Amino acid sequence: MIVDLAIITLKAVLVVAMVLNLAGVLGWIERKGSALIQDRIGANRASIFGFAGLGLVNTLIADPLKFLTKEDFIPPKGDRFLHTLAPCMALFPALVTFAVIPFGDVLNFGERVINLQVASLNIGILYVFAMGSLGVYGIVIGAWASNNKFSMLGGVRGSAQMISYEVAMGLSVIGILMVYGTLELQDIARDQGTLIRDLMPSWLSFLTPIVGWLPAWGIFLQPVAFILFFTAAVAETKRIPFDLPEGESELVAGYHVEYSGGKFLMFFAGEFAEIVTAAGLVTTLFFGGWQVPYLMRDGFHFPWGGTLLLPHLLIVLMQVTAFTVKVVFFCWVQILLRWSVPRFRYDQVMRLGWKMLLPLALLNVAVTAIWIIAAQ
Amino acid sequence: MDTASFIFYLLATLLVIASLLVVFLRNVVHCAMALVTALLLIAVMFVTLHAPMLCVLQVMVYAGAIMVLFLFVIMFLNPGALEQQRGLWWGFGTLLAMMLAGVLVPLVATSDLPADPVAATELFGSPEMLAKSLFSDYVLPFEIASVLLLVAIIGAVVLAKREN
Repeated sequence: MIVDLAIITLKAVLVVAMVLNLAGVLGWIERKGSALIQDRIGANRASIFGFAGLGLVNTLIADPLKFLTKEDFIPPKGDRFLHTLAPCMALFPALVTFAVIPFGDVLNFGERVINLQVASLNIGILYVFAMGSLGVYGIVIGAWASNNKFSMLGGVRGSAQMISYEVAMGLSVIGILMVYGTLELQDIARDQGTLIRDLMPSWLSFLTPIVGWLPAWGIFLQPVAFILFFTAAVAETKRIPFDLPEGESELVAGYHVEYSGGKFLMFFAGEFAEIVTAAGLVTTLFFGGWQVPYLMRDGFHFPWGGTLLLPHLLIVLMQVTAFTVKVVFFCWVQILLRWSVPRFRYDQVMRLGWKMLLPLALLNVAVTAIWIIAAQ
Repeated sequence: MDTASFIFYLLATLLVIASLLVVFLRNVVHCAMALVTALLLIAVMFVTLHAPMLCVLQVMVYAGAIMVLFLFVIMFLNPGALEQQRGLWWGFGTLLAMMLAGVLVPLVATSDLPADPVAATELFGSPEMLAKSLFSDYVLPFEIASVLLLVAIIGAVVLAKREN
């Protein structure tokens, strides 16, 4: 009992710490990476005894210190209580969503079998969307409590955008749920360990020599869903090209224009935590989660024959590493996007969400249904 | 008191406090946030009743969608304008509450609820059970409800178009 509780607590603390740490590191990657992309030197002002550490001193020591020691300004005509509550409401959903994302298979520790996932829910993906839908409050309440027209405009834009893209995001996942037949993210990750040749219907067996060796990852079974989901996920994180709620050139800083110091840091950290969560979801749903291709519970089983047996601990380590590498990769893709494309116009954002992503997602569901019936 | 009833009474107390705040707070946005709190507490209660699916749907539909819409309407309308007719609304509200109590109290008092709670089965409240009742047992009412919603959406679009 006590040991079980300790294990659960340890997993929860570990996951939150990993997400927050990765969010912090992403702050550095964003600034140094943008400098790299734009051919600048970037983030090199702060140093300790002349040691700038590639901007690490700047972003991981100087920036947080500056944030935490700044004046915490609350607009005199704003709402004191809600102004303080809003950053918490923005950060909370971003941190708890990771609870259902598995970061590894099971770890056998003596008699004990530890599932490498904080909460194993049979409704996992619905939980993700429920928490995602709560993210709107941080923006709306923060915007309203600031009593500032620019904030309010940003808040209205942000909530309309998040609600619109939630619909497309939810519908794009339906295809994945139909293919794997479960809502539990650990089961989805586990199912992606099989090979495509095992799923191939008999009338398509002529294709087996060509694609049969591929692992049954979501990207191969549901490529359209991946594009839709990733687009909607980027829109949900409210970053360029979907940063209309902030829109520096139009709204100063949008919904957090009246925030400074620690509270602004919370909005900032929440945004980066959302990036990590989006990357974790994309990895789990479409890129095998913690799966390493052909790595089963006892070692490698290659489709062209031949096996390589490995010790259990090494396999678990490889799985967790694979998951981390994939997550970091998709975080980097999102940062790359932010520094590569210009911002959409607001009507373009709405048109993309409602008139392109939504019908495509519906079409994907219909095609998937026909495919599943035909493959039986 | 065992852990389960302790958690229930704790949640129930918080729920009553949140619901009272919805009625008694002066600022309408604060009232709306208190209502969100109450809805989230109900969602937690569903978890303690082994119905995680209901909990998640409660959060997604009520807290995540309907209340956001509420907040929007409140923020765009001028909430101060409602303050004027407070006395009238209090009387109306009291009347409604008494009518509701007149229906609910006799119903609860006379009903013979089982003394021992029935243990939930493994599948209770799972997506499988919900899908089965929605799409096989009650498929006709379900479809009729969806047509009703479609009519409402089309009606809203038509009304919005006519303004222009």
